[in-house]
Amino acid sequence: MSSIVTVKNMCLWYGEHQALKDVNINIPEKSITAFIGPSGCGKSTFLKSLNRMNDLIPSVKITGDVKYNGKNIFESSVDVNELRREIGMVFQKPNPFPMSIYDNVAYGPRTHGVKSKAKLDDIVEQSLKDAAIWEEVKDRLKKNALGLSGGQQQRLCIARALAVKPAVLLMDEPTSALDPISTSKIEELTIKLKENYTIIMVTHNMQQAVRISDQTAFFLLGELVEYGNTETLFSTPKDKRTEDYITGRFG
Amino acid sequence: MKNKKAFENMIHGIFLMLGLIAVGCVLLITVYLVIAGIPAIREIGLFKFLFGKTWESTSANPSYGILPFILTSIYGTAGAIIIGVPVGFLTAVYLSKIAPQKIKAAVGTAVSLLAGIPSVVYGLTGMLVLVPGIREIFHLADGASLLAAIIVLAIMILPSIIKVSITALDAVPKEYEDASLALGATPIETYFKVSVPAAKSGIAAAVVLGIGRAIGEAMAVMMVSGNVANMPGLFQSVRFLTTAVASEMSYSSGLQRQALFSIALVLFLFIMLINATLNFFLKGKKGD
Amino acid sequence: MQDSKISKARKAYISIMKVLMWLSVAVTCSLVTFLIIYVFIKGIPNISWELLSEKPSYLSEKIGILPDILNTVYIVIATLLIVLPIGVGAAIYLTEYAQNKKLVNTIEYAAETLSGIPSIIYGLVGMLFFCQFLNMKTSLLAGALTLVIMNLPTIMRTTQESLKTVPQSYREGAFGLGAGKWRVIRTVVFPGCVDGVITGCILSVGRILGESAALLFTAGFAHALNGIIEGLSSSGSTLTVALYVYAKEQGEFGVAFAIAAILMILTLIINLSAAMVERYFKKRRTI
Repeated sequence: MSSIVTVKNMCLWYGEHQALKDVNINIPEKSITAFIGPSGCGKSTFLKSLNRMNDLIPSVKITGDVKYNGKNIFESSVDVNELRREIGMVFQKPNPFPMSIYDNVAYGPRTHGVKSKAKLDDIVEQSLKDAAIWEEVKDRLKKNALGLSGGQQQRLCIARALAVKPAVLLMDEPTSALDPISTSKIEELTIKLKENYTIIMVTHNMQQAVRISDQTAFFLLGELVEYGNTETLFSTPKDKRTEDYITGRFG
Repeated sequence: MKNKKAFENMIHGIFLMLGLIAVGCVLLITVYLVIAGIPAIREIGLFKFLFGKTWESTSANPSYGILPFILTSIYGTAGAIIIGVPVGFLTAVYLSKIAPQKIKAAVGTAVSLLAGIPSVVYGLTGMLVLVPGIREIFHLADGASLLAAIIVLAIMILPSIIKVSITALDAVPKEYEDASLALGATPIETYFKVSVPAAKSGIAAAVVLGIGRAIGEAMAVMMVSGNVANMPGLFQSVRFLTTAVASEMSYSSGLQRQALFSIALVLFLFIMLINATLNFFLKGKKGD
Repeated sequence: MQDSKISKARKAYISIMKVLMWLSVAVTCSLVTFLIIYVFIKGIPNISWELLSEKPSYLSEKIGILPDILNTVYIVIATLLIVLPIGVGAAIYLTEYAQNKKLVNTIEYAAETLSGIPSIIYGLVGMLFFCQFLNMKTSLLAGALTLVIMNLPTIMRTTQESLKTVPQSYREGAFGLGAGKWRVIRTVVFPGCVDGVITGCILSVGRILGESAALLFTAGFAHALNGIIEGLSSSGSTLTVALYVYAKEQGEFGVAFAIAAILMILTLIINLSAAMVERYFKKRRTI
């Protein structure tokens, strides 16, 4: 399997504080990669660097290489908006816009210039179907998205991210605000999505990483301690710190 | 022990009375305006009063039609809104979303200052800058006109519009903006397509507040609008509801004076309607 | 990923929005700058010691604004003295006593309504009620009472806001020690509303200074030099009303601009002190 995202010697500072130290990782396409680690370990920061959402924080400085499809994403010729279209993101807290369900999903395509009503209708329907929420909302597309339950809102956010046809989907603890039933729905959905998308997910829940991910990366204090096949990492960790963490000695 | 209870009850009673004074004031104002305003309307006739096109209160055969005032107030307010709202709204978006902290603070101070300047100072400056300016540019006999009043009103409502809009825009959760950016929208697209719609009820409240301010302003408008009871035209000297009350009050008597009270009543009803609308928007926002 | 940049249409939209925003900010800022500079250039040369220290006289054709300055001071003092107890009391009632939700809503709705009523209507009702019905004639006191109603919502709101920041635990602590309600209010609630009262006072002074329409028919526009007691019972114009009269009725633009410049300076001072007070209390609260 070829790598879609390759990171070499990446460091990140918030002002004086170094939040990521010399991270190296290759993420294969059409698979699920989980980032685990105690809170504050840098896993979310790293995830947000991959579509340059950290650009929004003025004090952030990044060194090293982050290549997406072989091209450094920090190069000046890269259009950050186009990059974010290709590398979509789903956030920790479901954050649908305070608009109708339809407008939420259509927001991305409209932004990128899709005007035809028929085309938008198609994209909205397909994205909602891909996010496994079409059946629940097809009769109330014009209703405000804030009326949905938390789990539905999160799937709507996934549909919204899919509507701009990304290649990679970054998910930042997408189930941490949800109940167990909604969580398992999102997990099922994620496994289905990896047929067509590369999924990179931060999770605080190790069982979740075991259940759905193909590779797991363990972060600690800004360092990528261990990275490999999920089963191997959890059954025979190479690093003592990984072992301590997955056996619950700290975290 | 009994004494103490009685004392506490008395204190409670005093505070209750103080609390009710505001309600008493509203009742007082309403009752006085209705009592003072109804007789002239009765005598003149509601229809003739509201839709009469001529106001000649001092002629031998006086006529009391306030349609010119009503229309002037409506046109003047509409004009001020058309000019003031876009400028205020766009300034608010810039200050809330884009401006660096220092610029936001500096312009914010300037806007507060604009809000604090007494209306007569606007009137005075308008009289000496705007009125001659309009006369020159449009080759009029007199520059004191509806246009001058519209410009002064637009400037005067600017601070309320900016401040209320900023409050609304600042309250938009950052998550909405993050989601939009993550979909590949640029910051500016995000502000106008996500933040602004999310703040729409607050912005609507700002507009309604601006309408209230504009329709209620008297002195500044009196100084620049020429104060003649014409039907409104952009370059005509005109008289607003507010200025109609103010300009004749000092020398009026009899039916003329009562008619002025009736005008105040009409103005009051307009304001109550606007307040109710404002409340609707603000309450609606809380309900989300 | 291709190096595809965002489309031309999007770029155009972004540029247009940027330009419009900058234009609007420029308009707003230049309006403020222009007003300040214009009023100062026209006004400051006309400010002289004679103007500030004398009363006008038709005999010697002199214009002095000392009476107007004093009247302004009198009316500010009288208004604040009356409105503070009422406004603070009402706010305390709302936050500390009231249990009936309907009553609270009614009072708050009344306060909101008051703050939306235009000053010309206050002037009219003030004239009918205070000057005629209560037979106060056109006097500074009648003007002050009218201003009391106008400023009541401001004082109520700022006091209420500051009371909301008094932690509930303080009150509970005092009650826990067996203090009666009144004692709790005296020892915990009153100190808690100081910042709201000060902010409210500053805002009210600003509003009183700027007010003209409400005073024209209640306080009148005489320029007699009086002490405070005499002054309150007789007609007199504040600076703002004097500006209007000099500009509109007498065509004395020099004097009008001098007053405008003074008002502008006062507005600046009030805004600065409001900002400073706010910063001071914010800092104190976070410590």
